[in-house]
This record gives sequence, structure tokens and C-alpha cells, in this order.
Amino acid sequence: MSEERAILSGNEAIARGVWEAGVKLAAGYPGTPSTEILENVKNYSDIYSEWTPNEKVALEVGIGSSIAGARTLVTMKHVGINVAADPLFTFSYTGVNGGLILVSADDPSMHSSQNEQDNRNYAKFAKIPAIEASDSQECKDFVAIALDISEKFDTPVLYRTTTRTSHSKSIVTLGERKEQPGEVKLEKNMPKYTMLPVSAKRRHPLVEERILKLKEFAETTELNRVEMGDTKVGIITNGISYQYVKEALPNASVLKLGLTYPLPENKIKDFAGKVDELFIIEEGDAFFEDQITVMGVDIAHGKDLFPLEGEFSAAFIKAQVEGVTVAIKDAAADLPGRPPAFCPGCSHRGIFTILKKLKVFVSGDIGCYTLGALPPISAMHACVCMGASISMGHGMAKAIGSSDEMDQKVVSVIGDSTFFHSGMTSLLNSIYNKSNSVAMILDNRTTGMTGGQENPGSGKTLGGEDAIAADIPALVKAFGIKNVIKIDPYDLKDIEDKMKIALASDEMTVVVVEAPCVLRYRISHPAYTVDRDKCTGCKQCLKVSCNALSLEEDGDDKFVVIDPNMCAGCGVCAQVCKFDAIGEGK
Amino acid sequence: MENTNILLAGVGGQGVLLASQIFTSVAIEADLDVKQSEVHGMSQRGGSVTSHVRFGEKVYSPTIDPGEADFLIGFERLETLRNVHCLKAGGTIIYNSMRINPSTVAAGVAEYPGDVPEQILAFGEKTFLVDGLGLAEQAGNTRSSNVVMVGAVSSFLSLPESLWESKIKEILPPKLVDLNLKAFHLGRAAVKNS
Repeated sequence: MSEERAILSGNEAIARGVWEAGVKLAAGYPGTPSTEILENVKNYSDIYSEWTPNEKVALEVGIGSSIAGARTLVTMKHVGINVAADPLFTFSYTGVNGGLILVSADDPSMHSSQNEQDNRNYAKFAKIPAIEASDSQECKDFVAIALDISEKFDTPVLYRTTTRTSHSKSIVTLGERKEQPGEVKLEKNMPKYTMLPVSAKRRHPLVEERILKLKEFAETTELNRVEMGDTKVGIITNGISYQYVKEALPNASVLKLGLTYPLPENKIKDFAGKVDELFIIEEGDAFFEDQITVMGVDIAHGKDLFPLEGEFSAAFIKAQVEGVTVAIKDAAADLPGRPPAFCPGCSHRGIFTILKKLKVFVSGDIGCYTLGALPPISAMHACVCMGASISMGHGMAKAIGSSDEMDQKVVSVIGDSTFFHSGMTSLLNSIYNKSNSVAMILDNRTTGMTGGQENPGSGKTLGGEDAIAADIPALVKAFGIKNVIKIDPYDLKDIEDKMKIALASDEMTVVVVEAPCVLRYRISHPAYTVDRDKCTGCKQCLKVSCNALSLEEDGDDKFVVIDPNMCAGCGVCAQVCKFDAIGEGK
Repeated sequence: MENTNILLAGVGGQGVLLASQIFTSVAIEADLDVKQSEVHGMSQRGGSVTSHVRFGEKVYSPTIDPGEADFLIGFERLETLRNVHCLKAGGTIIYNSMRINPSTVAAGVAEYPGDVPEQILAFGEKTFLVDGLGLAEQAGNTRSSNVVMVGAVSSFLSLPESLWESKIKEILPPKLVDLNLKAFHLGRAAVKNS
């Protein structure tokens, strides 16, 4: 009988691996490149899964599940671990009951992220093991191994992927689910789970002991594999870089690390002793290189040839190791870029059009509305991390004091999912400390940028069941904010008038914009049309940055056309037209 | 056997990922090793999209380096030009002549170059222009131009026609199968005849 095979992305493979390994609970917060793991886990009815409002909550839900004895998965993108770091570092002390893996999906090259931190450092910092797969088969198979390690060594396991392992597809041989024998049952064990100083002091030595035991384990585990070839060049590598190395240098000797913390010192020394020149090829930080240097091993090349920034590739590795390059023709020069933009019909378009017009300082946040920073709108002047817009805006307003200049006034802009994630505490701080700033909550009832996941405001769970939808205006009022106003994001005059009132107020104002995501909820109205006789080709409408609009030329005649297949009928372009040339569709 | 490297380039929403899925499932059915890689996250917002498909006896890297693609399949003319340097010497360009304005062009801050087809030809590799939109319309739906392109490329690959047909039937929703089979065959014939 032939085994069942499928072509899966790394994320789909992790979901499958989790199911096969008998996991009972999964929690996470969406974030590229991690999102599809839970989206696939939800299809397995043996596993309870949920989106949580943020990564800290996800890990805490996971810790609870582990204490209760269930095998558990927690997922997030790399920066999410920063949010979950608080429970993580103490969970390292309590250890697990049911095995727990914490997926950290890192994003070298920052395809969809604000930084490229290397989360292997968290494993070392929190003193827990890190595991990294290099293709989808390993993504699946390593899940069960990681859970075994978690239970055997009484530790959470950091399961690190990168964009290329998470989002590349390769062939996977599937297995069946193995239910775990242990009972899911609460058992009181205060010295292990109640981290008062008295018990934490007893747990800490166990953590140090655990790392020593894991170091011994690292020497023998199948996760770390030596493939001897030509001994002139020996390469220590991990994750997707292993695939690039095998492609570029098929004859080289390779020590492939799957358990990437703690490192197998003897194995590394033994391997180094057998090769003439040792290369360390790792994307991100000099994580292996620094530790191997401390071991006293002579490294020929590492970060001198393989930078701290960005992704590698097979051709890059070949060029750096052997000096061999493929002749490449020059890329076409000076082509217009094609950045992502607000979708036609998006409720954010009108908001940013007016914010730009008002010339205020926009303190931004993370979500689709961050696209408001891109040209031609270019109206987001700071953006750091999830939930920061309101607190940064408050800090700016306090530092400036009162000003009548519009460019010295701050408007913080945050989406619904990001508000639930960590914007609520920022807003509470603003009102508590008598802020005079303005905050806008753009509530489109979904987590848009990651593809439209459910959140506490959506009225649906990850599994599609009805849920209580959080009432943002009521929540804001409960914080004590008196000035709560609603605006219609498709009425530019309404936005401008109400924003002027909000900006003139000495007290904190919260503007709530309620408009469901047109992409997620497939909202469309008849397309608008341009009256060619009235259109002067002035390009004013093009400044709202809608892909449905384009300028056409017919001899000397310039005029705008609207693609009826793209136009969602929102009418924002028609409102900026000074010649009344854009009309509603029928 | 050398691996076959296919780079697909287009605009978010054009069905580049569905086309990739047809290639990968045909390859796996033909008992080949296969890998595919793309970067998603922003793809639905009208940005540039590329997808790398590699198949052969054994595939390691999921990505195709510049100068390594056997085929560049362009779903839109500007995106084709943006990726021509990824083609290897002696590679083949097959592209859809349609034009989609980037947001920067739509907003009037950048110009869409007028000589894209000429610039593509100037790269001096085998180039086939496919009227993807026209053939898709002929098949019954302009949205099937991605499958027209799959058909066009299929005529260069020594994989049986029935395999392509069976995978299209498997992957597309039932009510769209006939239309997409038509689109596939129109694309396949378009290149054969040119």
C-alpha cells in the first residue's frame, strides 16, 4: 500500500503534525508568516483551537492547557514572542504537564514585518530548547519530537520557523493521529506551578540542570545530523539555509542542526576536526557562531561572509563559499513599483485622505491602515509596534502641550484587532492621565492585513461559531471618555467636520469608525463612472490612491476611467472631483 | 535530469497561486520531487506577486535565484519585465500582454512605460506573447487568464495532456471546470501555433 502524500506548506505541515501528535488545544494570534497554522488546525475536529486577542493571552491559555495535561500548540509571529515574553520566562520555571510547543515564525528580509529579530535568542534567554525544521516533512515530523522533548525534559519548546519554511510547499508523507495516553485532569502542585519566590527559588536550579541534560541530549538526537562529503569544506547550518547549502554545494560536509539550542558541543568539535575549513551559515544573528567561538573551535567563515540581515539563497551561498557566480543580465531599470494599496472600496481611504488634508501628525499602528504611510497618501508619521499608536500619541501631545498649529496636533490611528490586542491599555492610560490627544479606532470587524481573521469584535470564533462581539464605543465610554464620536468613512465632509471639532477640544476625543472590511465581507456597490465631457484630467481623484482609477489619453485629451470590475462603488473619488465628473453607478 | 524552474510573476488577485498549484500537483502526480515558494501577506492588496515552482528528481531550495529560471510566466506585462533578469540564458518567456496599472501609476506619481514589450524582447530570449485576457474571454470568463497561461506553458513541458486535465478538474470548483479546461486548451494551442 502506498503511503498517503500531499504537497503542504510548512505551516500546513505543522498543523498536520500537531494533529498526528495528539495535541488537544491550540491558541494563537494571527501574524505573517504564522497565520495559516491555526487556520489549518481549526479543520481538525479533535483539536480545540482559538484566536486570542494577543500573543500573551495565547501563551497563557496554552500554559493552562498544559498544566491540565493536554498536549498544546501556541502560534505567533516573531514579534509576538515579545508580547508573550512575560509568561514565557516564568513558564520556563514551572515547566509543563502536557507537552507544549510555542511556534515563533520569524521573518528574515522582513517581507511583512517591522523588524527581523532572530528568536533563537529567546530560547537561550528563557533557557528552553529550540527546534528548527528545513522543509515541510520536517515541519510535520519535528512537532511530535518537540512534544516528546517538552514532556521528557519538563519544558516548553520554542519551535522556530522562518518565512521560507512556513510558506514554501514540499511533499509530505502523512501519518495518523496518535492519542496520548495521559489523562487530562487538574492536579494541584503548588511548588511546581505557583511561582512565589519560595517556589521559584527551588525551580531555578532545575532549569539550569535541564539545560545541561538537554546539552547531553543534543549530542545524540536525530535532530542534529552529520552528512559527511568532501572534507575540504564543512558547513554548520540550520532551517532553510540547509536546503540552500545542499543545492549550492552538494559535495560539502554538513552538520545540520535541528535542535538549535542548546548546541551539541562535542558533535560540533568532532565535525570541525574532520574538515579543513569550517563555515557557519545561519540567517539572522551570529547565534551559532558566537557559541561555537566560545567553545574554542576555529571558524574559517561565518558572519564575515553571511550577513546579519536578510535571507540567503543557493546562489548567494555558492558565491560566498566558492566565488562562483552565474552570469545575470541586468534587471530592467526605473520601473514603477507596485506596492500594495488600500483595496477599492476600503473604508481607510477617505480617513487618510482627510488626515493628509488636515496636515496633522498621524501616530500609526499595525494593520491594513499602515498602508496609509505609502505614497501618494503618505499620511502616517510614526509606527512602531502593535498597540503603540495611542500611547505614543499621548506622549507626543503631553510633550508638545497645547498648540494651535495643525502639524503639532496628533491623531492616533488604530484598527479594531490591534485595539483589542494592546491598544485598550494605552487608551486607558490616556484618559487616566488627562490626555488632550485624538484617537481614531478604525473598526472593520476583522484582522485585515493577515487575511481577515476573526477577533473579539467579529462576532465569530476561529471555528466559525457565533460569539459575543465587543462593543467598542461602550468600552471606550466605560473607560471614562466623554467625547466619543462616530463618523462615516465614506463621507469626506463628515470626516473633516468632526475631526476639526475633535482637534479643537481640550479633552481626549475618541473617534470610532464602524465599517466592515470590503474584502473580508465581500461588500460591493455598483461601479462609479466618469463623464468624459466633464473630466478635465486634473488628476485630483487619483490622489485618493485607488487601483480602479487610471488616466487615459486620447490625443491631447486626458481623462480618468474607472475599471468597472475593480470599483466597489464607495464614492470617495467622486467627492474629491471639483468638476462633478464622477457619477454613481446604477 | 536537471530540475525545471518556473517563475510566475503577476499582480495580487490574478490567480498566480492557483496556477502554481496546478503546476505542483501535476509534478507530484508525475512522481517528481517538487517545491513551491511564494511570499504572501500583502498579495491581496494589488501588489506584485511572484511564485517559484521547481520540480525534478530531487529539489532542495524552494526558491529560484536570478539567472536560474527556465521559464518566466508573466501574468501582466510590467511584472514580466520586472522579472526578466531571473531567466537563465536560453530560457523561455511566456507572457500575458495585459496591462494593470500599479497604484503609483493610477495615482499619477509614476508613468507606466510605453515600451514594455520591446524591452522584454530586447532581453534576447525566446519570447511568446499570449493574449491571456482575450482567450480567457473566449473561454467564457476573463478571470480564467491564469489557466490560459498554464495551458501555454504546458506545451513546453513533456508531461501528458491528460495529467493537466485531471488536475484542473481536481483543483477548480466543479462549476468552473469546463470553462477552465477550455481556457487551458486555448492557451496550449496559442503557443503551439505561434
